[in-house]
Amino acid sequence: MSIKHRPSAQTLPAVPNVGRARLPDFCNLGIMLRLLLIVNLLCFAAAVVRVEARDLWQQFLFISAVAQPAIIFSLLVMCALRKPFAKLYYWQAITTILLLEAIIGAMFWWWLEIITPFSQPISPWQYGFLFAFATGFALLYLDLRSRALSPALTEARLQALQARIRPHFLFNSINAVLSLIRSEPKRAERMLEDMSELFRVLMADNRKLTPLTDEITLCKRYLEIEEIRLGERLVVVWKINGMPTDALVPPLILQPLVENAVYHGIEPRNVPGTLTIEIVPKGKQFSIKLTNPFDADSTHVSGNRMAIANIRERLQLHFDAEASLKAEVKDQTYVVTITLPVRTQDL
Amino acid sequence: MMPPSLPNCAARLLIVDDEIPARRRLRDLLDDCREQFPLTIADEAANGVEAIEIINQGGIDIVLTDIRMPVMDGLEVARHIANMDSPPKLIFVTAFDQYAVNAFELNAIDYLLKPIRQERLLTALNKAITLKPAQAEAIAGAAQARRRHLSIHERGKIVLVPMADVLYLKAELKYVTVRTAQKEFLLEESLTKLGEEFAGLFTRIHRNTLVATKAVVGFEKVADGGPDGEDDPQHGDVGGTHWAVVIRGIPEKLAVSRRQQHVVKEF
Repeated sequence: MSIKHRPSAQTLPAVPNVGRARLPDFCNLGIMLRLLLIVNLLCFAAAVVRVEARDLWQQFLFISAVAQPAIIFSLLVMCALRKPFAKLYYWQAITTILLLEAIIGAMFWWWLEIITPFSQPISPWQYGFLFAFATGFALLYLDLRSRALSPALTEARLQALQARIRPHFLFNSINAVLSLIRSEPKRAERMLEDMSELFRVLMADNRKLTPLTDEITLCKRYLEIEEIRLGERLVVVWKINGMPTDALVPPLILQPLVENAVYHGIEPRNVPGTLTIEIVPKGKQFSIKLTNPFDADSTHVSGNRMAIANIRERLQLHFDAEASLKAEVKDQTYVVTITLPVRTQDL
Repeated sequence: MMPPSLPNCAARLLIVDDEIPARRRLRDLLDDCREQFPLTIADEAANGVEAIEIINQGGIDIVLTDIRMPVMDGLEVARHIANMDSPPKLIFVTAFDQYAVNAFELNAIDYLLKPIRQERLLTALNKAITLKPAQAEAIAGAAQARRRHLSIHERGKIVLVPMADVLYLKAELKYVTVRTAQKEFLLEESLTKLGEEFAGLFTRIHRNTLVATKAVVGFEKVADGGPDGEDDPQHGDVGGTHWAVVIRGIPEKLAVSRRQQHVVKEF
């Protein structure tokens, strides 16, 4: 059963770098365990400074038994409040959490007064301060830890996002080469050379930016292969005279889109279709516009959104809000426009 | 002595693929098979509709068809020919189509993966002439997409009705009437199943009628008592009126049942 996805015009939202991503997820079990461990270490430190070595264990157990309900209660409060916290900036959220913890600390003093027979050695204010201090310490640790991990995370995401070759294309191309070997060996050789060039880029480590000309050459190689398969059904129009040749772009930023255009726009058609690739410089930016025929009845669906989302995310990782991607249906054509900054040095 | 499974004269083959190099490759491979399996390549087609035209002329024993093609894909070809009296045997050829391949394996339908090995092709050809043709239901299960055509068998030939031309479907006893602007056809399928397959394209206006949503021009109030006005007799307030659908290109108006009155508002 097919479901019609009519791609609508979408632009990259400008996501401000607010604190919601930096705040630890208090409902996460791993975070909870880490916080419990930190608090218990602090309890142990408190026990060390308070008594001699032979009473240490007993003292630690006592402090810990008092602190455990406090930390679990605090975690439950934080977990319950994570949605309102996520709306705040990082510093606002941190301030709120510290204040909240100070209040919980003071309340805790009062609660201990009621349930225990002896009076507390320190005042409620000191309790509040201790709670806020321990919280600040824990938050600092979690923030540093997430910063240490995040480059690895970005790297992993980039690798995972790298365009994958469509198996359909691979096997059809091999089949086309086989069909040429007997009758047109020269053309078969040429086609294999194009294929190896394409696969070399696809399998390379593609985290660094490459010059725009290289990406365009890659698209041309790819389209040569498709022209052998599809013959006169595929018409390609290049309007790239004004392109900033040395501008750096993420590798495979255009090829997957061209592949999509062929797969969704040309292959389902019985009559020839035109694919237009246009590059227009606009001051410090330039845009790449890819147009292919779109017929709601014969264009097959799904699969396209993945590629678009993939490229959009890679653009964001490399250029943040400086780049954008827009996909829309305009009078029987499907138009994808990528806007990129003209950057000539990899940062 | 020839094994009994081989035909005593050369099998007539039809190659169906939208890519010229793929057709040429299959032709080369079949030429190589000729010694072990007597065959003639009767014709080539670039899509399913062309293939059915050739099959209608008769004399095709085996069809080797690609799955993914414009206009009509290979699985739809299979669904249309499955109800013929003696349909040609089908072998599916695909570069990569995980969904279909899984379904083929479930239903023991033979298929070849591109690029094709000669030995594998020979096995498939030998198997094709002995095996029974796949059932329509089995192929329908392998098809991911809805059909783009309905088919009616008339004097041993397949008549294709493009879904885009269908104005309404009306269930009548054992058949479903398919109405286009020019003609009426009788289809041996269930209206419920058609409604499911083409969900979103049709609007149900009556328990036995689905109207192509695109073909609806508007709604009209008409007096009860006409030939279509007698639905739901328990609500039969004599002398009342009911809604009817006006359809593009044909004069007849179809009654909207009381239970489906809401479509008038929602339209």
